[in-house]
Amino acid sequence: MSLSAIKQKLAEIAVRSADAASPVPLAVDTAHAVRGTDLDVTVPPERVTDAARVLDEAAFMLESITGVDFIAEGQMEVVYDYTFTASGERVAIRARVPRAKPELPTVCGIHPGANWHERETHDFFGIVFTGHPDLIPLLLPEDADFHPLRKDYGA
Amino acid sequence: MSLDVQNLDRETFVVNLGPQHPATHGVLRIKLTMDGEYIVDAEPVLGYIHRMHEKMGENRSYAKFLPNMGRMDYVAALFNSHGYVAAVERLAGITVPERAEFIRVITCELNRVASHLLWLGAYLIDLGGFTPMLYAFDDREMILDLLEAVTGARLTFCYFRFGGVANDVDENFVSGTRVFVARMRSRMPMYEAFVSKNIIFRKRCEGIGVISAETCRRYGATGPVIRGSGVAYDVRKAEPYSAYPRFQFNVAVSDLCDNMGRYRVRVDEIVESLRIIEQAIDQLPGGPVMAEKVPRSLKPPKGDCYFNVESARGSFGVRVVSDATENAYRLKLRSPCLSNLHLFRECSRGMLLPDALAMLGSLDLVIPDIDR
Repeated sequence: MSLSAIKQKLAEIAVRSADAASPVPLAVDTAHAVRGTDLDVTVPPERVTDAARVLDEAAFMLESITGVDFIAEGQMEVVYDYTFTASGERVAIRARVPRAKPELPTVCGIHPGANWHERETHDFFGIVFTGHPDLIPLLLPEDADFHPLRKDYGA
Repeated sequence: MSLDVQNLDRETFVVNLGPQHPATHGVLRIKLTMDGEYIVDAEPVLGYIHRMHEKMGENRSYAKFLPNMGRMDYVAALFNSHGYVAAVERLAGITVPERAEFIRVITCELNRVASHLLWLGAYLIDLGGFTPMLYAFDDREMILDLLEAVTGARLTFCYFRFGGVANDVDENFVSGTRVFVARMRSRMPMYEAFVSKNIIFRKRCEGIGVISAETCRRYGATGPVIRGSGVAYDVRKAEPYSAYPRFQFNVAVSDLCDNMGRYRVRVDEIVESLRIIEQAIDQLPGGPVMAEKVPRSLKPPKGDCYFNVESARGSFGVRVVSDATENAYRLKLRSPCLSNLHLFRECSRGMLLPDALAMLGSLDLVIPDIDR
């Protein structure tokens, strides 16, 4: 599947920009040399599984999952980095969840490799991946009740 | 040999492999559920040397975080540094002088050879052969001496800077590298005769630890693991960076999918690295090794970017998020070893324990890189 075909499919899932007069889907071509990705898509949190399915069918590899705590905006961003091994093309999928209730569905059922990445993101940010088979600490101690990469965590 | 784990009606027992066990090459624990000598389930338990490098990346300036990058994958420290400086350079729009890019490639490829030699020696010890390690460390020592002269360190290198490298290389480094390349080439037939054709080694490797290309993709396994399963994925070719597009080299790949496939990839990769080093030394341009006007207090513009390098163990990625201050807002370090180990649980089911350990060794894990 070509990148433009993937973009078309992801654009149907993507969040639409709020401020423009005619809202456009947030599925943006990015210059690889500048951003390190070829396509940057923001999806609603409940639809990350749909985006994951599109990229899995296109034989993309999920390379990492991580979070970013935008405390000033009261939100956390989850970023999924994909790559296509045959061409080196990269796609980033983003989803914003409210800080007060950071929850979104797991993609473990689609990519088994997501299991540890989601556990790590849960460790560091307290983001809950609903439906995850075993969301216990991966890198932090087994009784850890803190999330060190939250911006209000003192260290 | 394997066992049909679906139809078990026999008693199983749980045993801990590690966290202190020579076969895991670091503080890694694997919780094994065993039926006799056969593995029913092998669950890796991580985090014994977790140091929260990503938090340290947020609470100090970009430059002050540089030494941390030598302490993740300490066997191939230059690759982590390369990924980090290149990601920040991409975000800040810094152009690196040509000579510095060449020096980065030469030192990184030397580091790759050193890393593969260390793996070769340690893997053979895993399989019960002690002597090859002495030969491998002998060759590796030459690389460490070369790198020590220019970087000041033998293991936890902190040599790259935003915009270039810390020191220029001198004539001794250039001539010493040429001597090393010639010597290492002459040693390869010896390794082939000594190790590759050894019947005990072959019996531990051929047909053992089969990992399919699809399994690699589903788990995000990269580096010699995916290339040993027939996929020619190498970041140096897929997303050419630094001075790599200037050199001719092949991506070492093997479709054996077993321990032998991963062994072949690493050995062939040593030869390809020597080719790159030789070309880079021959074409080494003159000029500065640091970009002009890199501010002492670096504040990349607001935004984020991703940068990947092909480390000795696979795709090492850095995602930097900047809020235009002196410190990174977020620094994600994507470790190749984490994904390479992840598939172990699925692939080791039904294997004999000694075979599973042979497979574990063939993944070339560095635990501090997993735990970060």
